[in-house]
Amino acid sequence: MIRVVLPAHLRTLARVNGEVALNVEGQVTQRAVLEALEARYPMLRGTIRDHVTSKRRPFVRVFACEQDLSHESPDAPLPDAVATGAEPFLIVGAMAGG
Amino acid sequence: MSKVRLLVGTRKGAFVLTSDGVRKQWDINGPHFGGWEMYHLKGSPADPNRIYASQTSSWFGQIIQRSDDGGKTWHQPGTPPGEPTTTPEGMPKGESNKFVYDTSPETGKPLTTHQHYDGTQRPWEFKRVWHLEPSLTDPDTVYAGVEDAALFRSTDGGQSWQELPGLRSAKGSLWQPGAGGMCLHTIVQDRSNPQRIFIAISAAGVFRTDDGGKTWRPVNRGLKSQFELPDPDAEVGHCVHRIAMHPSRPNVLFMQKHWDVMRSDDGGDSWHEISGNLPTDFGFPIDVHAHEPNTIYVVPIKSDSEHYPPDGKLRVYRSRTGGHEWEPLTNGLPQRDCYVNVLRDAMAVDSLDPCGLYVGTTGGQVYASANAGDSWTPIVQNFPAVLSVEVQTLP
Repeated sequence: MIRVVLPAHLRTLARVNGEVALNVEGQVTQRAVLEALEARYPMLRGTIRDHVTSKRRPFVRVFACEQDLSHESPDAPLPDAVATGAEPFLIVGAMAGG
Repeated sequence: MSKVRLLVGTRKGAFVLTSDGVRKQWDINGPHFGGWEMYHLKGSPADPNRIYASQTSSWFGQIIQRSDDGGKTWHQPGTPPGEPTTTPEGMPKGESNKFVYDTSPETGKPLTTHQHYDGTQRPWEFKRVWHLEPSLTDPDTVYAGVEDAALFRSTDGGQSWQELPGLRSAKGSLWQPGAGGMCLHTIVQDRSNPQRIFIAISAAGVFRTDDGGKTWRPVNRGLKSQFELPDPDAEVGHCVHRIAMHPSRPNVLFMQKHWDVMRSDDGGDSWHEISGNLPTDFGFPIDVHAHEPNTIYVVPIKSDSEHYPPDGKLRVYRSRTGGHEWEPLTNGLPQRDCYVNVLRDAMAVDSLDPCGLYVGTTGGQVYASANAGDSWTPIVQNFPAVLSVEVQTLP
């Protein structure tokens, strides 16, 4: 199971508390995780990735294993610790404002 | 006894305020969607329990919310959690926050471009919904005015949205963003003619359709923007802030332009200025009394570079003559050290008798008048900045 941590506003939209556990078929990549997340919680579609371009929204970041993976290819494999569920995949609202 | 329900959108959430017909005691429910910018909430005239809301965030984009019980509970129209996002036939189900400009070959509309601040042409790019206008007759039909300026329509209760792309054909390449973005912020339906709709865009002007939204034309003759446009009489490009109509006189429109308060007596074909004795004719909202079609209200703001009332006095101005002659309404409104703004969707009129008025400020106050503006009382004083105020008059 892949563990995903959502920012507070997206937990509210998805009506979940705490982490989300997802089954991801095949290679575990950012794209695969986000597609599994959006399939399970369709109300999150468009909030993390743009509906048309599928690009990450500018103020959304993704972290895992103490690394910022925001600029990695969406098709690059995520760290093994994420794929095995040892570490969560964090979706984060970027710091912005003062 | 009749009741009223106020729908207040703020920078940090939405609030639903209710009162009886006396309009002195108010119950406050909220915040809903705390922390999100609530640009606009509006109830369906055909079913007052159906309310649509535009919820936005710089981080997470656009969300559409819907209530079917008068604002007590809300949901995102579309696919419920845990259900497949496609039909058994493989077609995608509705996605209530998906606003995609029409580029379909059927309508022959490649994604066009508009003017950007620097004079270059930019393709349309969706940013947010500024205004939601439910159909006068069908609770499941609702229009959305969006930035970058375009008009969308849903006929399934907000589950899915389709652009009315003919609007962008009305000289869209000449439209340009105002300081707040290139937004379609006003949608006015004609009760006497369902085929006729007016919309207004900053900074493009007013546009009218007479065929239910297929084709549009600019209706800006008479507007003069000598400080904003190289050609003050240009057919498009005017920074219209809001327009208002009384349902009994659909050919009479009132406008608060960037500068100038204007009136049309021929369905927008021509406009003339009615600023008269206003202390300043800059401002954002304009509205019409529910029972007196010639009584109109504006909130003069000192200037486009200051965005607060003149002399630190918040004054709503009323004209009982359809313009030209204006009187300040001050009783109960702050008359010193007041430097708030009243945004374009932050004034509303109920249809009780006497008619009630409501004004929300960027300082977080909502003022109410239960006597057509003669006197005012703050309902709330410490909300986040108010973006929009709508009122429903309930049986």
